[in-house]
Order: sequence, then C-alpha cells, then structure tokens
Amino acid sequence: MDALFEPLSYAFFNKGLIVATLSGALLGFIGVFIVLRGMSYIGHGLSHSIFGGFAASQLFAAQFYMLGAGLWGIASALAITTVARRGRVGADAAIGVITTASFALGVALFAKFGTSGPSFENALFGSILGISVQQIIGLVAVSILAAVFVFLRYRALIFSTFDPDVADVSGVRVARLEAMLMIVLSLAILATLTVIGVTLVAAMLVIPAVIGRMLTDSFGKMLAWSTGIGMFCGFVGMYASYYAGVPSGTMIVLVGAVIFVIVLAITGGRGLRRSAGLDKHHDVAELAPVVTR
Amino acid sequence: MTGTGVGEILVRLDHVSARYDKQIVLDHVDFHVHEDQFTGIVGPSGAGKTTLLRLLLGTLKPVAGTLTTEPDLRVAYVPQLETVDWNFPITVFECVLMSRTQGRRLPWASTTERARVMSVLDRLGIADLSQRHIRELSGGQQQRMFLARALLREPQLLLLDEPTSGVDVSTRHDILHLLGDLHEDGVAIVLTTHDLNGMAAHLPHLVCVNKRIVADGSPAEVITPTVLEETFGARMEVLEHLGMLVVVDGAPEVRSKAM
Repeated sequence: MDALFEPLSYAFFNKGLIVATLSGALLGFIGVFIVLRGMSYIGHGLSHSIFGGFAASQLFAAQFYMLGAGLWGIASALAITTVARRGRVGADAAIGVITTASFALGVALFAKFGTSGPSFENALFGSILGISVQQIIGLVAVSILAAVFVFLRYRALIFSTFDPDVADVSGVRVARLEAMLMIVLSLAILATLTVIGVTLVAAMLVIPAVIGRMLTDSFGKMLAWSTGIGMFCGFVGMYASYYAGVPSGTMIVLVGAVIFVIVLAITGGRGLRRSAGLDKHHDVAELAPVVTR
Repeated sequence: MTGTGVGEILVRLDHVSARYDKQIVLDHVDFHVHEDQFTGIVGPSGAGKTTLLRLLLGTLKPVAGTLTTEPDLRVAYVPQLETVDWNFPITVFECVLMSRTQGRRLPWASTTERARVMSVLDRLGIADLSQRHIRELSGGQQQRMFLARALLREPQLLLLDEPTSGVDVSTRHDILHLLGDLHEDGVAIVLTTHDLNGMAAHLPHLVCVNKRIVADGSPAEVITPTVLEETFGARMEVLEHLGMLVVVDGAPEVRSKAM
C-alpha cells in the first residue's frame, strides 16, 4: 500500500498525475467529435504540426514557445481546412503535406539548434518532468474552454457531425463551427503534448472514443464514457509509467489499448458493429459546404 | 420554366448551370418552385436530379445563372437513406431534436420541445420508437424519422432525395399519402425519384431532367414514349391501366429477345 502512495510524495509526480488525468479526460472528450467525423488523421497530423511550431517558437521566442506552438497549430488546422475546401487537394493530402512538412521543420530545428525546453525524446513520447504550474493552469483553461464550447454548441455539433449538409441549411454555420472545433482541438493537443507526447496524442484522441462507441448507442453516453476512460487511462498510465520507468505517453496509450481489448472481449460482435464505420473518411470540404444562407 | 403553382415563388433558378470539378451536370436550367408546388424530378442516374435538389437546398453554388431564394425561407431536407451513417450513436428522438438549432442551446430538450418532437413522431406513427437507435428501424420507419426531423422545422419547402428508394410497396403508399397530406397543409414539395410507376405517375407535376430540363408538366403530359426516350435514352412503352399510366421498360423487340 505504501508503494502505491510513494510516488505521491514527489511534487513532480503529483503535477504529472494531475496533467495526465486531465489530459486523458480532455482528449477523450474532444476525441468523440473527431472520431465520429472520421477525422482521426487530423489529430495525428496536427500533433506533428505543432511539434514544428514547438521547435521554431523555442528558437525565436523561448519564453513564449507554448503560445507560438499554439498559434502554429491553429494556423496549420485552418490551412488544412482551407486547402481541402478549395477542392483541388483532398483533406488527407493537405494534412500529409502541411503537417509532415511542419514536423520535418521541427526535427531539423531541433537537430541544428537544440532546445531550451523539453528534449526531443520527451516531446515525442511525453514526460512528467518539468511540468510547470503555468502548464497546469493552461490545461485547466483549455479543458474549461472545450467543455463550454461543447455545452453551448452541443446540438449544432451533433447535427453538423451527423449530417453537415442539412445542418448547414438548418441554420448551423458548419464552416465556422468546424473552424472552432479545429481551434479547440489544436489547443487541446498543445496543452496535453508535454505529458502524452507528439506521436501518442492521436491515440488518446481515438482510443477512448472508440471504446465509448463500443459501449453505447447514445451520443451523450459516448461522450461521458470517452471522457471517463481517457481520465482513467491518464491516471493509471501515469502510475504505471512511474513503476515501469518508461515515458508517460506510452503507458497511458497502453492502458487504453488494454481497456479496448477487455471491452472488445466483453461486447464482442455488438461492440464491433457499433464502432463499424468510424474509419470512414469525411473530407473536410464535404463537412463545410460551399454555400451558406 | 417549370412549376405547377400560381402562388408566390420560393426559389427560382434562371439559366443556372452547375458542375462538379470540370464536368457540367446541369446546363442552363430554368426552374421555379412555387409555394403550392408538388413536383417530382425524374431522370436517369447522373442526370442531375440530386444536383438540382442541392441547388434548391443551397448547398451547391451555380457556376452560371442566378439562384434567388425568398428571404428567411424555411427549407427542410430528407436525405437518401443510403447516404446516412446508420452507426452514428443517436436515438430516433435525438435525431429529430437535432433540427431544433435556433433558440434554446442547452444540450437537453425542454418540456415544450419534448412534447413537440413526440407530437411529430406520433403524427408519423413512430412515437413508440423514439428511444430506439436509428439502426434498429425498418426502411419505412427511417424515412418517417427523417420526415419528422424535417417537419419539426415547420418548413415552407420540403426537399426529398429518392424518398421511396429501398422501401416496400406498402411503405411507398404510406409515404405518398403523408406527402399528400403535407402538401394539403401548405408545404411545397420537390422530390427526386427514378420510380416512374410507383411514385412519379402519382404526383401532380413532373420534371424530366437529363443535364437540362427535357420536359415538364402533368404525368399525362410528361410520361410519353418520346419524352421518356429523350430523358432516359431508351425506348419505353406507356400503357394505361385503370386510369393510371404504366411505363413498360424496353421496346417490344428488346423484351422478346430477353424472353
């Protein structure tokens, strides 16, 4: 029992535990909208893109590197949406070009100039070391922003996720809502990047949401399950990473994967049927119709 | 110019062309929707039926011509069942409620909204299915659910994309009656269909489309071998049975070869 409480005697672990638990909840919460829109690849791409902003911002304005990375992420998200909506390049291709180029730039900058912030490995796979109070405050602020956004735009978000064309002519400003969701997603990725890591953030956007979908046929319950599962993964994964001595992001994702296997074994074909079609791809252009009125 | 109505024009397309990528799908089309209209758009696959519907809906921008819509027009749309994600985690009640996007923003339904949704579901005979997942409905029930979602908006213009596609004969009759009742209540209706006998022949007004408006008028005026051949590019015979027009697929020589 003492062993269970031992890590709590370290201040860095306590901060890490708070951030990991909240990060899991936030990614699980936002992940529902991303997964149901068939946009999992955007989450993957944005985390890589933000990595580029992360490296560049540290170079040019070290004290504001989080702000710089955030702006970089939002700009990337909006660039992807805009390029894809113009119709000449598909969303997949737009994500592939914009975000991988950004990631490559980040790697190049890290290699050439090093970093004053997190190490290259920590940025990729997450770390609980060096979490500041400001980062915790930032994560709490983004979580509140995401919750308020979803609460106030809940119906419009469901409608535009389920049936964007009809939502658009029913008074939902789909393109604007899409842009707002992209901004919230960028901020969520940025706020959770330090603990989860660039390469594993996408997994935490997807795994809790897919498990939630396997457990229920109700949107509201899926949102609750996904948030709860993300929170659980963050909490348990953080503990596991302490004892296993491996990066926090890897253990958080592995806990999610174990829960997925357990839920799959319990729900069987029913769960698979429910989650079928989650891999279908919505083109960003398709989600934001050409004309609004 | 097409249209049954004498009432106010809700949407008008003047010399409108539409295209996807570089391919012109509709070329210089004139089409007016009046407030008392009940029109079926018929044509072969790829003729531009759904494109015409999307222009009326406002989700597709014309590349030429002008599209004019009455200000604050309430349009509702019933999609093709084949295009719906039936695995989306949503109940019948939630699906119908989602069209209430104006006013209340809270996630849950108010007492008034709940009563209104249940009243519409009751009118369409599926109130007892309100808590079912949408995948658990039959084709006819799914069509009714989307009609309920459309009606909750109290539309002036109702657009339906292939509303009888994939439903049985009895459901098709039910849908026709429902649409007739809605039209009686003052809702303008425009739908697409490729079902000439089961649907088109029963409508008061038809428009034949094949990248342009080939013909329009009552079924008696439009369902003729000449118009059908021009529209579908194939010979069809038109018979009359108990006062109803019946289209027989294929010219006699083709049918005899098939037999």
